[in-house]
Amino acid sequence: MRRVAAGLAGALILFLARFVTAVRGRWAGVEPTDEQRIYFANHASHGDFVLIWTVLPRRMRFSTRPVAGSDYWLKSGPRRFIGRDVFDAVLIDRDRDSRTSDPVTQMTEALDAGSSLIVFPEGTRNMTETRLLPFKSGLFHLAQARPDVALVPTWIDNLNRVMPKGEFVPIPLICTVTFGAPLRLADGEAKPDFLARAEAALLALSPKANAS
Amino acid sequence: MTMPHPDLVAVLAGILGVLVLASAIGFVLQRKLSPDGSNAVVENLNDRIRAWWVMVVLMGLALIGGKTGVTLLFGFCSFAALREFITLTDTRRADHWALAAAFFVVLPVQYYLIWIEWYGLYSIFIPVYAFLLMPIIAATRGDTDHFLIRIAEVQWALMICVFATSHVPALLSLDIAGYEGRNVLLIAFLVIVVQISDVLQYVWGKLLGRTKIAPKLSPSKTVEGFVGGALSATAVGAGLSWMTPFTPLQAAFLALVIVLMGFFGGLVMSAIKRDRGVKDWGNLIAGHGGFIDRLDSVVFSAPIFFHLVRYGWSAV
Repeated sequence: MRRVAAGLAGALILFLARFVTAVRGRWAGVEPTDEQRIYFANHASHGDFVLIWTVLPRRMRFSTRPVAGSDYWLKSGPRRFIGRDVFDAVLIDRDRDSRTSDPVTQMTEALDAGSSLIVFPEGTRNMTETRLLPFKSGLFHLAQARPDVALVPTWIDNLNRVMPKGEFVPIPLICTVTFGAPLRLADGEAKPDFLARAEAALLALSPKANAS
Repeated sequence: MTMPHPDLVAVLAGILGVLVLASAIGFVLQRKLSPDGSNAVVENLNDRIRAWWVMVVLMGLALIGGKTGVTLLFGFCSFAALREFITLTDTRRADHWALAAAFFVVLPVQYYLIWIEWYGLYSIFIPVYAFLLMPIIAATRGDTDHFLIRIAEVQWALMICVFATSHVPALLSLDIAGYEGRNVLLIAFLVIVVQISDVLQYVWGKLLGRTKIAPKLSPSKTVEGFVGGALSATAVGAGLSWMTPFTPLQAAFLALVIVLMGFFGGLVMSAIKRDRGVKDWGNLIAGHGGFIDRLDSVVFSAPIFFHLVRYGWSAV
């Protein structure tokens, strides 16, 4: 019963996402093939992983789990339903003091179970005018723990205009999701170097970076 | 549901025939010139033909569906076009409510007015009421940066994507003596002439196009293509007079007006695209770009065609 409801809710969310944003995936550095990946993306809206999910081919969609903050997604019944049942999110506790399990361990467990992941290495939604917040170190630790999994930079464009912070009526605007060339942790690469490389790879996919 | 008018059935059958022929030609060309998908022109042609099928099926269903079908179809076209247009403008946070009003109030109200055939209001609702309302909503948010440009962009988007487009279903409300129950054929006439003109301009341009009309705006448009396309589309329009309330000569004149407005509409919309630094309005239709890329000629000719027919032939 709950699974049927989750399936219907998922289909409805996908339909709404398509209707409002007419979102299209651009596979600019990697093909939409069915291999295990970690998609790391910029984060400006709660709808971010919905858009990535929408442009993934169906088969890949069901093996790809978003990584999200449990503080937000466990707060109320509807959010729990969407976070857990519809998107099967890997819910991590972002509060270092209260958490009982390590986020990187949770993510590697999900990878070992065969899932692909969607992660937002900025750690929180970007509400600033800058295009990208500094990455948290989780992406590095994840890359270190499972060096064979490709890390795919994923730029989500325009969704922040669809629903700016503090507004609740979305404006229908066309969004794109651009997938860039995958990267992997190099032998002996230091944390700051790797994170800087990952940030640059993601920023390079933003249309504004290409325009200027 | 009542049976579609025999003339409409004939028109749709004719279009299907043309499409089947086009598909066959596309298939042969692909086997001969582009078996491995390497010939860009042939691949683009086949993409276009496939998209044509979808458009013709949708359009055919809408026409058979009568007023409901046509109003819904063009309401959705307006929505998709407005979405493309606003995407390319530099809106700001402060425009949020003005934009929400454009999508969720102005657009539905305009189509509702078309639906209830309130000519006196739908012909001024956007140019007068929305024109004054939009800047008021935006001004209350207090952001004055580029205010005039932002408001002008939204107003343009509404005029092009909603006001002008809605004049296609408005053709159904015209009351023409001796033409009762056949108004959907006016829409078919408008759309066929516009689209045939686009195709013929392309074909004439490819065959003997030399002199570019506006190289900065639209590098593929040539004088030869334009003249050849306009004249042959006018001839096609005259040949279609049997489905209209017009004599062949009148049909030719209206077709020429439609073709000219469509052509210059395309130029104007190209100028906006160049200004925004994009090649297509969107990427929803393979081989055709976005909705506006397909609609631009219809949009510019629809209100003019509507009013010419209204003044010249309609009883109201």
